[in-house]
Amino acid sequence: MSAEKLEKIFLSLTIFMLIVFLGALFWASFGLGMHLPDRVGQIDPTQVRTTAPFDNPGVFRVGENEYEVVALGFAWAFQPREIRVPAGAKVTFIATALDVIHGFHVEGTKVNFMMIPGQIARVEAVFARPGEHLLICHEYCGAGHHLMYGTVIVEEADWTPEDPDAPDEEPDTPPVAPDATPDGEVGA
Amino acid sequence: MRTPVVANPAGFVLPDSHRRAILCMIVLSFAALFIGVVNGLGQALNYARVDILQYFPGMRTYYQGLTVHGVVNAIVFTFAFAAGFLSLTTSRALGRLVNDKLLWTIFGTMVLGVLLAGYAIVTGQGSVLYTFYPPLMAHWSFYLGLALLVVSTWITAAALMITLLGWRKDNPGVRIPLMAFISVATYAMWTLASVGIAVSVVGLLIPWSMGLISHSDPLLSRTLFWYSGHPIVYFWLLPAYVSWYTMVPKHAGGLLFSDSLTRVVFIMFLLLSIPTGFHHQYTDPGITVGMKALHAGLTFGIFFPSMVTAFSVMFALEIGGRRRGGTGLVNWFAKLDWGNPALVAQILAMLTFTLGGITGLINASYSMNMSIHNTAWVPGHFHMTVGSAVTMSFMGIAFWLVPYLTRRDLVGRGLALASQWVYFIGVLVMARGLISGGVDGMPRRTNMLEAAYGKPSWELAGMLTGLGGTLMFIGGMLFFAVFAATLFFGRKGGAPTDVPFTVTATPPETRGWQVKLDSFRWWMLAAVVLILIAYGPFLVQYLPASFMSPGYRFY
Repeated sequence: MSAEKLEKIFLSLTIFMLIVFLGALFWASFGLGMHLPDRVGQIDPTQVRTTAPFDNPGVFRVGENEYEVVALGFAWAFQPREIRVPAGAKVTFIATALDVIHGFHVEGTKVNFMMIPGQIARVEAVFARPGEHLLICHEYCGAGHHLMYGTVIVEEADWTPEDPDAPDEEPDTPPVAPDATPDGEVGA
Repeated sequence: MRTPVVANPAGFVLPDSHRRAILCMIVLSFAALFIGVVNGLGQALNYARVDILQYFPGMRTYYQGLTVHGVVNAIVFTFAFAAGFLSLTTSRALGRLVNDKLLWTIFGTMVLGVLLAGYAIVTGQGSVLYTFYPPLMAHWSFYLGLALLVVSTWITAAALMITLLGWRKDNPGVRIPLMAFISVATYAMWTLASVGIAVSVVGLLIPWSMGLISHSDPLLSRTLFWYSGHPIVYFWLLPAYVSWYTMVPKHAGGLLFSDSLTRVVFIMFLLLSIPTGFHHQYTDPGITVGMKALHAGLTFGIFFPSMVTAFSVMFALEIGGRRRGGTGLVNWFAKLDWGNPALVAQILAMLTFTLGGITGLINASYSMNMSIHNTAWVPGHFHMTVGSAVTMSFMGIAFWLVPYLTRRDLVGRGLALASQWVYFIGVLVMARGLISGGVDGMPRRTNMLEAAYGKPSWELAGMLTGLGGTLMFIGGMLFFAVFAATLFFGRKGGAPTDVPFTVTATPPETRGWQVKLDSFRWWMLAAVVLILIAYGPFLVQYLPASFMSPGYRFY
């Protein structure tokens, strides 16, 4: 077979592969709802502490099985430092940074976004299995960057989780979020 | 008909003035790599919980070392090498010398840039890493130094363009020799690509760090950085591609598949390198998912020319292997000249680049990116691209380039071969560590030795990273021994008297549509249109910028 013909086959397969890959990705995202952070709002980074909802960071129960986590990143800690949510609940993270750019990665999950001063990040997630995850700042933010972390504890739900493979872990506290006050104020 | 990729196959002599200027750039380039490799050992061992950075003179923190590692490797090493190497390939291909005063100006600008940025970094006033995202603020000399390094690339672009225009005037209607076309195309792409970093550094960060403006806009500067920050990886890579297309076939005893296809590949890089920056910002708030999806599609487009390259390079190698008596499906590969360090380095570079390309495709994969963004996976990926495909190609080129420039024989061919094998195995081991750690959530750019958190499962990943990094360091040191020995002690005489160049199986057409491929003007215009499509909607939505973040020096 001539090199020209081989090349045509090779490049056709390449194009086919790229189209399939890209299609799968967009289907996963727009079809199955694995969303990237969108443009949802801006905030004056010097006024975060006095702007709702960031004047009151924490975990809030906002619906039947829905939670909101209002989170702040600053050198070199997260607030809240410990996040407790039940497995299977719809959790919405609403976050921003107070000083420099930080990262927000719930290790072992797809919750992975940047905390950029001036920008509000809003990311939805459902943690299927109970367990404990590190919350890691994965963007360099100064001399103490490696000290900046938190914990996300996914507790046993008070209902049967959808995932039958979920490990049987005993939650050490009742599956109710702390400060469970509904707070409808979201973002800007 | 076999056509050489240069205008005049015989009789090219590089005058001593040019020889010295280009040699200075190449030495600057590898001096930077030396510092980068030494710091790299400190970075890799940190993952294995061994602290050697504390013994480095003047080194205050892990992040200062990481800043040095990034700046000297990703900016100084690559910029200086590209300037020297592509000035030479352009001169050789056209048979027309690049102005030597401009060459010295390029070199002087680079040295000044290195000194200024180096001052800030060494004194601990610039530990902002190679990405220097505001509102983390460095001393103004850091930004000014980087600006001068970018200016040096513009002087190079102008020098090459002037040479090409002069040649075209003297040779109306003649196709640009392939080696010159792809060399100039590399700088044409980078000239458009560097606009983002220039606007950010000169327009925003220098006045901000001097106190002339009080606030920065973190997302705007980040976006401008990645406008340049993705195409910069092609600016690192394309000089290696120039070698893979026009020189490696010669080393291997093969020939280049197609002249036109090679031009199309470089034109695709010119068009598609830039409008893809948001795939570094998939996880950023403040940018719409629509823009991210558009850049995802365009990023997949840029995978195409690299696949064409894979085909062309394999074609050249296979012809070479068969001419040396190779038979069957794979035996030709074993028959290649495994005793030629210039060829071996670049074949090993290509092999790692296949893994680098595949992991890169995963990075670019829109939603999948969330699983690995900013984890150790990412340095695992790019050490198989810039950290090996580019670095080993440049080392391979140095094995003939330094003898050519100094008229001295290569010293220690066996050592040269060993350096590449050790480095190759090292990078694979290190990437295995970083990639497995990254999939398991281990972050990048983090002082893991002193981290307040960790997972037992990261131990193995960290050990492999440290082991692989140590092997890379040893391979690197073997290379520098060969480099320095050749420079100072090489025997005068038998060194190569010309740049190696190949011939093409399909010659350039002198009629028809293919002639239009040489019109840089129209390709640049098309690239600008694509950039406007890719970044225009974001800017319309985002501007006027909100300068509200004061500077912080948290280091």
